[in-house]
Amino acid sequence: MASHTETVALREQFETAGQQKEASTLGMWIFLVTEVMFFGGLFLAYMVYRGLFPDIFSTASNTLNIVIGAVNTAVLLCSSFTMVLAVHAAQIGSRKAIVVFLILTMLLGGVFLGVKAYEWNEKFEEHHVPGPSFNLENMAPDKQGHAQLFFSLYFAMTGLHALHMIIGEGLLLFLLFHAYAGKYTPKYYTPVDIGGLYWHFVDIIWIFLFPLLYLIGRHHH
Amino acid sequence: MREHIDSVKTYAFVFVALLALTALTTLVAEVDMGPLNVAVALLIAVIKMLLVALFFMHLRHSPVLTKVMVCGGLLWLFILMVLTMADFVSRNWLPVPGV
Repeated sequence: MASHTETVALREQFETAGQQKEASTLGMWIFLVTEVMFFGGLFLAYMVYRGLFPDIFSTASNTLNIVIGAVNTAVLLCSSFTMVLAVHAAQIGSRKAIVVFLILTMLLGGVFLGVKAYEWNEKFEEHHVPGPSFNLENMAPDKQGHAQLFFSLYFAMTGLHALHMIIGEGLLLFLLFHAYAGKYTPKYYTPVDIGGLYWHFVDIIWIFLFPLLYLIGRHHH
Repeated sequence: MREHIDSVKTYAFVFVALLALTALTTLVAEVDMGPLNVAVALLIAVIKMLLVALFFMHLRHSPVLTKVMVCGGLLWLFILMVLTMADFVSRNWLPVPGV
């Protein structure tokens, strides 16, 4: 049993700081694996219903704006870049840079959410929100129900993703305060590291959401 | 603990690659390739995922246990998808009453 003075980088129950960091990182990865299964269920539902109603889903998908979706994807990728630069700044001990890159990441995430809100609003105005006022133009009445299915999945999947982004923004704000207070050094920057893992994961989910919701079936007729 | 710190240049290369792949998948979607459209879109998405996971999430420098966990998660997702789709795809194959 190793006995050493407890610090934030080396708590009592760990042998070495390296072991502690590995334990924290592994813990976050395991949580992300559970999140994969969480989103996986929705992706599966989408796969099944797209397989059953390919034409209707294709027509519904074509009402989404592919340019806005692509730009939003680029915005999120940019935020992942600034996030990894924040982690890098922590690794080399540059307090100012951590703060700057965390702020940039939060701003880009905010842009993504703003664009998403605009897209959702567009869907509301076009009567593409599942419910009593749903109507997909040029679609037979007996197919409206299946068309609603696409939009139910669209709102559920992008909504769950947006919720994860909002939680991510909260985590980044927490990291920002602590980074500003100088709590992160090359010896201890684990919270920035695992916060980055969460943020990148949410980015990966969108990397799959974009093609599946916006791109597939552009020419399916 | 000394760990491998990737350079900003590495991250920049990966970022540019990710943007290029996004542009590629968006443009390719407008070309009608029949069933290949889905395959290509998913292939590009998987490549982007690998770039983010291996470089941005430092998976290439992670301990083996972490890599095993990630592979395990992907395996479980694979089981979920494959078994469920096998059920759906094989319906109406057998003349079972009530199905």
